[in-house]
Amino acid sequence: MIQKLYDWIDDRIDVTPIWRDIADHEVPEHVNPAYHFSAFVYCFGGLTFFVVVIQVLSGMFLTMYYVPDIENAWKSVYYLQSQVAHGQIVRGMHHWGASVTIVMLLLHTMRVFFQGAYKKPRELNWMVGVLIFFVMLGLGFTGYLLPWDNKAYFATQVGLEMAEQVPFIGVYLKTLLSGHPTIVGAQTLTRFFAIHVFFLPAALFGLLAVHFILIRRQGIAGPL
Amino acid sequence: MKKGKGMRFVGDSRINADKTSQVPKDYSEYPGRTEAFWPNFLLKEWLVGSVFLVGFLCATIASPAPLQGLADPSDAGYIPLPDWYFLFLYQLLKYPFASGDFIILGMIVLPGLAFGALFLAPFLDNGPGRRPPQRPIAVGMMLLALISAIWLTYEAAGPVDFKQIAEDNPPVLQADIEIDTEHPGYEAYESSCLSCHGDSLDGGAAGPSLIGIEHTEEEIADIAVNGTGDMPPGMFEGSDEELADLADFILTVNEEAE
Repeated sequence: MIQKLYDWIDDRIDVTPIWRDIADHEVPEHVNPAYHFSAFVYCFGGLTFFVVVIQVLSGMFLTMYYVPDIENAWKSVYYLQSQVAHGQIVRGMHHWGASVTIVMLLLHTMRVFFQGAYKKPRELNWMVGVLIFFVMLGLGFTGYLLPWDNKAYFATQVGLEMAEQVPFIGVYLKTLLSGHPTIVGAQTLTRFFAIHVFFLPAALFGLLAVHFILIRRQGIAGPL
Repeated sequence: MKKGKGMRFVGDSRINADKTSQVPKDYSEYPGRTEAFWPNFLLKEWLVGSVFLVGFLCATIASPAPLQGLADPSDAGYIPLPDWYFLFLYQLLKYPFASGDFIILGMIVLPGLAFGALFLAPFLDNGPGRRPPQRPIAVGMMLLALISAIWLTYEAAGPVDFKQIAEDNPPVLQADIEIDTEHPGYEAYESSCLSCHGDSLDGGAAGPSLIGIEHTEEEIADIAVNGTGDMPPGMFEGSDEELADLADFILTVNEEAE
């Protein structure tokens, strides 16, 4: 039955080469923890991606309840925390997942750095990876404001004051992010929401795609 | 891919009518104990992923995501702190050599150098050797940066009493609270407490919110007379009966707020 369905689709759109390109590749001995336990360091990148998937899914469910406006943002988070079934767990996954992503990303970066895996011919993939790191920090910064509690509000104020210190473009940068040169308010929240939910994830998905395509093209760096 | 004459297509599409082999490649000729990703290694990855997910979920359930009180821009006493992974930058900007007249150094030059070097690492460390001892400068710089970042984070977070901040800013839904001005204790609250703790007990410039506190009636009465923390003693001066009414009033509002 399933084979028939597969054949029917394959007749029409020839899916076999597509999934073979994605799934059918080698796992060399030196990255396989089943043979060398110390190869667990190669898991950090995959775990980062796994936590990113958790972040995307939990974030999608959070937007079902979240209201990005200063009157209701905090109330919607409070409602989610105290009234919605499993709301506390979903928000907890997104909250702690943000920190776990940063930790995993840091471990992955350190693994690649100390193994010198970014050397020729993998320079471009390293640079894409550093850009992913910056996007992740941006996601952390913008997401921190969204619950609109005291912690979030004052952290954002500090962050925006830092941005203002950038010479020449500081004030414009701050205005771009917060919607006003001095006020951290309604505009700031909607802008951070848009950046957190649309702009940065779009950038992240694009960069991740390039990251993975390059890995598949070049293969994992050989043993030291 | 097959090219040239003899290609057959499905209908008028560009899909090749000749089937691609569905047999996975054979990796037995590869060097070492190479394994096929699909499906052998992926199964192991899923097992590791499941264990990780269960552990992560347990940790999430054990400590729920924190939520503080609704943002109050007028709360001048709140000590602002960024999330933990920005603390190193926050701490760096506190030092005199990286703030004030030297803010360009702290805000642009130092982070710019560090992150610029990270971004361009393959071109700065462009020798052929991959082992750490073969590239002492790159590895040394990275260790220095790591230690500095950890130390700066520790310096920033060490003196902060996160538990106290969370206790001072409990999440309370303000809209639900109706202050019963007919309550016998309200008069005492109005004259002794309101100026600091606000007209709906939600805190003000000088005093924290009184909603969400975990004190008994006796403790509240004791704090009203003797003070606690930053609160000086002698804020309430009246009869014992008025004091009991006051404590009962604060407790009643708290019970309603729950």
